[in-house]
Amino acid sequence: MRYAMAIDTKKCVGCSDCVVACQTENDVPIGYCRDWVVEVMDGTYPQLEMELRSERCNHCENSPCVRCCPTGASHYSEGGTVLVTKNECIGCSACITSCPYDARFVHPEGYVDKCTFCLHRVKKGMQPACVAVCPTKCMYFGDLDDPRSEVSQILKKRKYKTLIPEAGTKPHLYFLI
Amino acid sequence: MKSRRQFIKISSLSTAGLIFGGGLLESFANSLVKDNKSYFKGPYDFTRTPTYCEVCFWKCAGWVYKDENGRIKKIIGNDLDPNCNGRFCPRGTGGVGMYYDEDRLKTPLIRKEIDGNQTYVEASWDEAFEFIATKMKQIKKEHGPESTALFTHGSGGKYFGKLLKAFGSNNIAAPSYAQCRGPREVAFISTFGQGINSPENTDIRDTKCLVLIGSHLGENMHNGQVQEMSDAIDKGANIITVDPRFSTVAGKSKHWLPIKPATDNALLLAWMNVIINEGLYDKEYVEKYTFGFDQLKDHIQRYTPEWAYGVTTIKPQQIRETAREMANAAPAVIVHPGRHVTWYGDDTQRLRAVAILNALLGSWGRRGGFYNPEKAEVPHYKLPAFPKPKKNWRDAMDGKYNLADLALASGVCDASIPGPDMDYAIKAWIVNGTNLINTLPDQKKTIQAIQELDLIAVVDTMPMEITGYADVVLPECTYLERYDALRISQGREPSIALRMPAVDPLYNTKPAYWMARELAKKLDLLDYFPFENIEEEIDWELKQVGTSLEEMQRVGVKKLEREFDDLYFADGEDVEFNTNTGKIELYSTALEEEGFDPMPVYTPHPEPEEGFYRLIYGRAPMHTFSRTANNPNLTDLMDENTCWVNPKVAKEWDLSSGQYVYLENQDGVISEFPIKVRVTERIRFDSIYMVHGFGHADKRMKRCFGKGVSDTQLITNVMTDPIMGGTGMRGNFVTFRTDIKKSEV
Repeated sequence: MRYAMAIDTKKCVGCSDCVVACQTENDVPIGYCRDWVVEVMDGTYPQLEMELRSERCNHCENSPCVRCCPTGASHYSEGGTVLVTKNECIGCSACITSCPYDARFVHPEGYVDKCTFCLHRVKKGMQPACVAVCPTKCMYFGDLDDPRSEVSQILKKRKYKTLIPEAGTKPHLYFLI
Repeated sequence: MKSRRQFIKISSLSTAGLIFGGGLLESFANSLVKDNKSYFKGPYDFTRTPTYCEVCFWKCAGWVYKDENGRIKKIIGNDLDPNCNGRFCPRGTGGVGMYYDEDRLKTPLIRKEIDGNQTYVEASWDEAFEFIATKMKQIKKEHGPESTALFTHGSGGKYFGKLLKAFGSNNIAAPSYAQCRGPREVAFISTFGQGINSPENTDIRDTKCLVLIGSHLGENMHNGQVQEMSDAIDKGANIITVDPRFSTVAGKSKHWLPIKPATDNALLLAWMNVIINEGLYDKEYVEKYTFGFDQLKDHIQRYTPEWAYGVTTIKPQQIRETAREMANAAPAVIVHPGRHVTWYGDDTQRLRAVAILNALLGSWGRRGGFYNPEKAEVPHYKLPAFPKPKKNWRDAMDGKYNLADLALASGVCDASIPGPDMDYAIKAWIVNGTNLINTLPDQKKTIQAIQELDLIAVVDTMPMEITGYADVVLPECTYLERYDALRISQGREPSIALRMPAVDPLYNTKPAYWMARELAKKLDLLDYFPFENIEEEIDWELKQVGTSLEEMQRVGVKKLEREFDDLYFADGEDVEFNTNTGKIELYSTALEEEGFDPMPVYTPHPEPEEGFYRLIYGRAPMHTFSRTANNPNLTDLMDENTCWVNPKVAKEWDLSSGQYVYLENQDGVISEFPIKVRVTERIRFDSIYMVHGFGHADKRMKRCFGKGVSDTQLITNVMTDPIMGGTGMRGNFVTFRTDIKKSEV
């Protein structure tokens, strides 16, 4: 089982609903976020192109953060999700430096925090909070190893890209273009 | 000189309002869970309680979830709700912040003069009501009950409206009409005999071509419409966006037409020219349903694409191509009527052009165009008849704006400033849930009107600027802490939704229903409020439609069967439209009768002088007007607005992104605060853009005070629509004052 997410940049309107839904679902303190929205502009007036995408931890298959964690707090969990065990984390921030996606932050309580793919919801058969709330339904979540999953289906149909593939991290976030 | 009502920026004298702050909150919330005696409160051990959102007017229905301590944790959309389909927008999701905002109004306040200084003194509810009732009785005696008015934009307006009607006044105005969608309603009523209303009856989910004129769906998070636009994109619909700014949706459009601002009518007329002259219109539909096609055909001959190019800067080829694109998709095409449409003072005529285009394309009443909406019929408890007011705001309008189908907030404001020729003036305002200082254009005039009043009472959850001008401030609890009237909104299927309190009100705040009823007691009008609690009234209403409060507490939303027409016209169906001719009026007999152009014309509007840029404003998806400006969750997403500047303009003024500048408008008004510059290709060189609702001047709102610029402050030139009194706000021009440093203003 390999959990992954696909985000349709053609539909995302950059409203940040995913950000605030994650904050209230996961008690992320105000001023911090586990997901965020990126706007990329290209061209000059009036020939313009814009890409909007909701980003978060890529839950990489080859995760530099897991490799560099001195205590083993950063680890692989169910479906290949990358998690941090709070009480094993010493807040050294090595993982933050190693992450090419800038997906981690030090929680005010002293440990490193990040997206969990809402594993607590997924285990109950629900979708991650960001996926469930998105008004444009631009996010797809599921198991890459299941060819019938929404995420497998959409990746079969659509063109996509990953972010910073040259880092060799084998990310599990796909952006439909 | 000291004004009669100094704007009070300091907080009130006592600190009693602070007792529930910080750490005490949790234990306070805990005690709520245990203390639950009323049957109508519903069980507080519900894992979730139903509500509908009050952060904007879309009123999505959802569920409020609490944590194990009984504290509100999150709000999630109700899957049964047609307005949101289980998905809230960022503002609805962040609605929790309205409850937790520590800057909320906490207790009633009365303006007092102490040692020559005006200040607010904390008052009991009884003192506050006594103050208001005494003034209202006095005004009734001296000027008649018609000299009172209500401004409202929120659920509480229903009860204060009832109070006012019972008192003998029908001056009940919402800025959502004359400052927003009014011209659209008048234009569609005069064309199709039916307004658009809310949520809009646009059949976006099945459209093949969506045309947006200055409407920035996605940035305005009108939830259902944004969801359907996304569905339409999935199904391959083409979007045509007309906007001087490369909006979010422009980035998703097949065609972006970066029109020169204030020339939209020229483009719309040129589109009609192409559609008629190339024979692309729906001939059968036009023949069967419309009136005045021949006059229209003659009328639009002069508006060629070549002519429009010179006016709009949009190339003739692009005008033709987009017109053909619409016709190819017809009737599954929507020339979107927009929502905030009070721009240049000829807005009713612009929206008439939009309506006519839709009629030519045959999209009204057709799948993928506009569906026939239906609203649930819920009987109301029979009240004694309201007294008939002898006068109202219209008497101060000199016979103008007869086609306005609702009261004009700006008209009520004007009617509050006595003039030599007026034998009637409004003397008292109740203001509920609308920050008039940041809502009505021409702030000076609003403040002038306030100074003339004998009474201004403000009901709000937050210390918005308008509360600083009030004689009495009544702190309303948030929508998460109260029952309100049922949500009955139009849609493909009629539906009703319940709002009930998830928790008891924090601080000394109260629901509007209770306030209006207490005031009614003091004014001897209790006959109009027969139910002691609103939940009893809701229960009575629900039982009339075969459900109950108890059932609604469990389901939140109920869809009812459609009783009337089908969603779309059947092929060849005979349809009678509610116009003078019974047809869709391409040529408007109603406008003609009132002495206006029966068909839209192009009128040039003033342009910015050298060194000035047109001020364009809009919305951000995470904020609603200025209502959310201090919300902790939503300011976390966006805490100030920025001034979008084209790189060419930035170069001329030596501006760079991130720098703060003051703005000055054509009338010499300088922004109260500086704004952060955003240099971007996404805006034309003759305009600047900012998001509305920032630049708050009330220090009691700590998170948003002084953040960004208030566009409303710079909107001093108002272009009034002669047809219905809408206040056009896009004829204002600003320049940069890089010479001013913060301390000088």
